[in-house]
Amino acid sequence: MMKSKLKTLKLGWTRNQIASKIANDLPHGSYVNLGIGMPELVSQFVEENKEIIYHSENGLLGMGPPALENEVDYELINAGKKPVTILPGGSFCHHADSFSMIRGGHIDICVLGAMEVSENGDLANWTTGKGIPAVGGAMDLVAGAKNIFVMTDHLTKYGEPKLLKECSLPLTGKSVVTRVYTNYAIFGIEKSGFKLLEINEDINFDYLKKCTEGKIIQ
Amino acid sequence: MEVNKLINSINDAVSEVFDGSTIMIGGFGEAGSPVELIHALIDNGSRNLTIIANNAGNGRIGLGALIGQRQVNKVICSFARSHKSITFKEQYEKNEIELEVVPQGTLAERIRSAGAGIPGFYTATAVGTPLANGKESKMFDGKEYILEKALSADFAFVKAENADRYGNLSFNKTARNFNPIMCMAAKQTIVQVKNFIDVKETDPEKVITPGIFVDKIVEVKNPLIETHAIENGEVYP
Repeated sequence: MMKSKLKTLKLGWTRNQIASKIANDLPHGSYVNLGIGMPELVSQFVEENKEIIYHSENGLLGMGPPALENEVDYELINAGKKPVTILPGGSFCHHADSFSMIRGGHIDICVLGAMEVSENGDLANWTTGKGIPAVGGAMDLVAGAKNIFVMTDHLTKYGEPKLLKECSLPLTGKSVVTRVYTNYAIFGIEKSGFKLLEINEDINFDYLKKCTEGKIIQ
Repeated sequence: MEVNKLINSINDAVSEVFDGSTIMIGGFGEAGSPVELIHALIDNGSRNLTIIANNAGNGRIGLGALIGQRQVNKVICSFARSHKSITFKEQYEKNEIELEVVPQGTLAERIRSAGAGIPGFYTATAVGTPLANGKESKMFDGKEYILEKALSADFAFVKAENADRYGNLSFNKTARNFNPIMCMAAKQTIVQVKNFIDVKETDPEKVITPGIFVDKIVEVKNPLIETHAIENGEVYP
């Protein structure tokens, strides 16, 4: 579905492989919000013996796959304003209820992209400080969902680290990230830094350290 | 005499809007967006408006057209950036329109609070970010929260699927979004509805917005579909 935005990565896991790693970590029966863009890939890799209930913050719980051409209804859309479907057992609600699901801590996991993540779990993903500032639901999601999984390339397109000691861009939330999935490795966020949980078989630890400004804990 | 909130002419429905009004406009993207009411507001010609909505309009129809007509001074919204946005972008880049960015859930709760008679609330959303600047903060059980104030309006323009003469509303799928809470938060709520139905057809279990929150209803049986209108390059007026 997001084919136009996919690019081939030279090193480590592909985006589909990262999506599959995240999908494996979603518990059966969990309520999950997938951010617009790369995180949308995750739903394709959930094993068949598991059921995940997807939340879209524009008032849709139990979201199904994107709408096929003959299913398009411009009043049934996701947070990215793309036509989607609703599954049996799904429901609609208004925005205040939808964000009560988020702010009230009812959403188990939110998967989001990142521009920068710091070693204490700060996230910057809403503005580069240029152009029209637009936040959408990102700040509500990171402050409210029980777990924030970041899905990102390990390096920027200019080859700079995205996993930093401190974020330089305006924050989306402070100490909010629980896990970071990159094409090189998977980390948990601990008080003292990025706790390495898994490293891609083609990436050696010294190279990973070189590509990561924040502190890595082995 | 029976209560009947139906107004026959859409231009009459928006006739009380005045220069400098604050207007909530329902919808999320095009779902639930009251495009025909906005077009009637363009005909009405009121200026110096403050608009509260999730987005800042697409193309040159609906909110995009209202901004294009230079009737809007300020937009309060969560997401003003869109590849289909023309008019807001043009004016924002020239510093000709003011923008207040509000996180989407905070926007919804500020609107709901106004409708529920709650002047403000504390939330963890935006703590530690630039959007918390200047806001009072407070610790509850060791966690920091900021104070957000209720957001009300002179008018709310919303779109619904069904309405009866009392203004009992139901919505279509994700076209519900901000519409029910905006109905609660404005001094005057004006609804464009696809189907005006007899009260005997109203199933009380399926009323989403009870009529007490609605002032005026106009029937628009075949509302414009934004995606198609923009693809066809439609412009209003």
